[in-house]
Amino acid sequence: MNKQDVSAVKMTALNCNVYYNEKQAIKDVTIDIRADEVTAFIGPSGCGKSTFLRCLNRMNDTIAGCRVTGDIKLDGEDIYGKAMDVVQLRARVGMVFQKPNPFPKSIYENIAYGPRIHGLISNKTGLDEVVKNSLQKAGLWEEVKDRLNESGTALSGGQQQRLCIARAIAVNPEVILMDEPCSALDPIATAKIEELIEELRGRYAIVIVTHNMQQAARVSQKTAFFHLGSMVEYGATTDIFTNPRKERTKDYITGRYG
Amino acid sequence: MIEDHQTQQVPTNWRDAAMQQRIKKRYAAEKRFRLFGFTTVIFALGFLVFLIGDVVLKAFPAFTAAEIQLSVTFDSTAFGLARTRADIDAAEYGAFIKAGLAKRFPEAQNRTTKRELRELVSEDAERVLKAAVEANPDLIGKTKVFWLPGSDIVELYVKNQLNAKGVVGERLASDTMLARLNSAQSNGELRKTFNTRFFSAPDSKHAELAGIAGSAKGSLLTLFVTLLAAFPLAIFTAIYLEQFAPKNHLTDFIEVNINNLAAVPSVIYGLLGASVYLGFMEMHRSASLVGGLTLALMTMPTIVIASRAAIKAVPPSIRDGAVALGASPLQAVFHHVLPSAMPGMLTGTIIGMSRALGETAPLLLIGMVGFFGDIPSSFNDGTAVLPVQIYIWASATERLFAQKTSAAILVLLLFLIIMNATAIYFRNRFEKRW
Repeated sequence: MNKQDVSAVKMTALNCNVYYNEKQAIKDVTIDIRADEVTAFIGPSGCGKSTFLRCLNRMNDTIAGCRVTGDIKLDGEDIYGKAMDVVQLRARVGMVFQKPNPFPKSIYENIAYGPRIHGLISNKTGLDEVVKNSLQKAGLWEEVKDRLNESGTALSGGQQQRLCIARAIAVNPEVILMDEPCSALDPIATAKIEELIEELRGRYAIVIVTHNMQQAARVSQKTAFFHLGSMVEYGATTDIFTNPRKERTKDYITGRYG
Repeated sequence: MIEDHQTQQVPTNWRDAAMQQRIKKRYAAEKRFRLFGFTTVIFALGFLVFLIGDVVLKAFPAFTAAEIQLSVTFDSTAFGLARTRADIDAAEYGAFIKAGLAKRFPEAQNRTTKRELRELVSEDAERVLKAAVEANPDLIGKTKVFWLPGSDIVELYVKNQLNAKGVVGERLASDTMLARLNSAQSNGELRKTFNTRFFSAPDSKHAELAGIAGSAKGSLLTLFVTLLAAFPLAIFTAIYLEQFAPKNHLTDFIEVNINNLAAVPSVIYGLLGASVYLGFMEMHRSASLVGGLTLALMTMPTIVIASRAAIKAVPPSIRDGAVALGASPLQAVFHHVLPSAMPGMLTGTIIGMSRALGETAPLLLIGMVGFFGDIPSSFNDGTAVLPVQIYIWASATERLFAQKTSAAILVLLLFLIIMNATAIYFRNRFEKRW
């Protein structure tokens, strides 16, 4: 990586290890995540890609017995350091989950919740604006603008997932983590999410975990291949898929296992 | 190998007699099972109908009271010249009733028959007359016809429950008494009314005057204290144990203990309440405050267990979603987990409260059993509660109390039905789907 790239690096992990009690789930992962790119984590089930993703906004804190060592930095600031406020970190590093999980509240409330708890906006008009803006960015505005008071859980699966993305966007994050965001969706909804990721690229650093190698190839610029808790290979997506350096990567992307 | 192959080739003969037999047997087994199930349901239903029907039939007469017509003269000499409030208060209304009765039944001359005369009218008649004079002092010196509350004998008579046969001395009414009742009846001087007193009066030693209001209010006050003490405590315990407590031996120990507490016989809680609230804290004996706090001890584990189950049933993804937006754990719980778990928590609470409502044993130990002739007006007043009232009336000897017992059971059942209906309403109203 050359020098001019350094300014665009949003998050870095250095010799990151994760343990669940005694069992090591992530082994010595070092990676740079750039602000203007989509980074995809691929690998077979149980390889640790989701676990590593959850380290990036400290969602692993909620799991008992989970321990993280090594350095993970956001804009050069240690996210596991004493100075880092975890609540603020999660606002800056948003997350979208595998299964759409809208709150059982209205569509409006789903979006307004984040800005409200952080006190970003206090007046009604400002909040309306944020709701509209976030839904527009998530490509959901046209579909729901007439029924903002309906329950978020009444939407279709794909709409729910875009609602969750809008919800994450509403708190103005710098990084968005997506944990297999399309695995519970049909192909059409998947295509919409992929389009959305393409549109959001550049505005937010995006990290996406996916099982679907075609998806990684379509949406990402950088790909990291995880296997058995280690990051086997990391590089430009085109290189990983056309010219993998490691034998294990090659076996995986050619479908020999996984 | 070839043989194997061949046996596989032979198609199953579904028309085979043995096969038909097997199929028939299978259907028969299913039919038998259904029949057994149906029979048990009918059996249970029959018992329920019998129980409710029996209670309702027995309770029904308790909702009517008897009144006897009597012409009463308010002798002005009994009131003094000024006819002040104090005079009206001090007047002997019993004497007016006696005089009225003597006039109506002039044949009563000796002491026994005169005493029997007085037994026609309830004690409460004096209060009725006094209230009439208080409302209208012009009545003094005049004569007016009143419908006065009849005694328990009159009440049984108008309900055709007074046993007129049998040996004199073993039955409630003597021959002269019966003769008077018959004459009053044929003159139209007896009537049945709706028994409002049953719903407005406290317990009484006189069966015809005893009402449910004292113990019903006692139950309400007690349950209110129970709810106030147990609900917040139990909810916060459940939230803490489920969402915040570290998983270690201490919390395991607490968990096991809470589960055990729910299974402790309720009488033990009565002993605990007696020694802690009465012995140590020296609170008022028999008071609804003490009763409520004792029942709160008993109810809390039930609510904790139900609430924890309700919290557990909220998908963790809801909490994760909030946390990932930067909500603090407390915000995630109070903004998202708690509202979703609330219907379940409320259902559990009301089920716990229903159990507390029907509880007798622990309350006996803190002195809530006994005669309380007043409707409690504060949490510190001694009072009975509905189940204890039922217990007291059921062991009373007067015939009328048997009806009142059934009526009190009906009132208790009504309370329970209302509470359980509320629980069902909340569950359906707030149920969330994911």
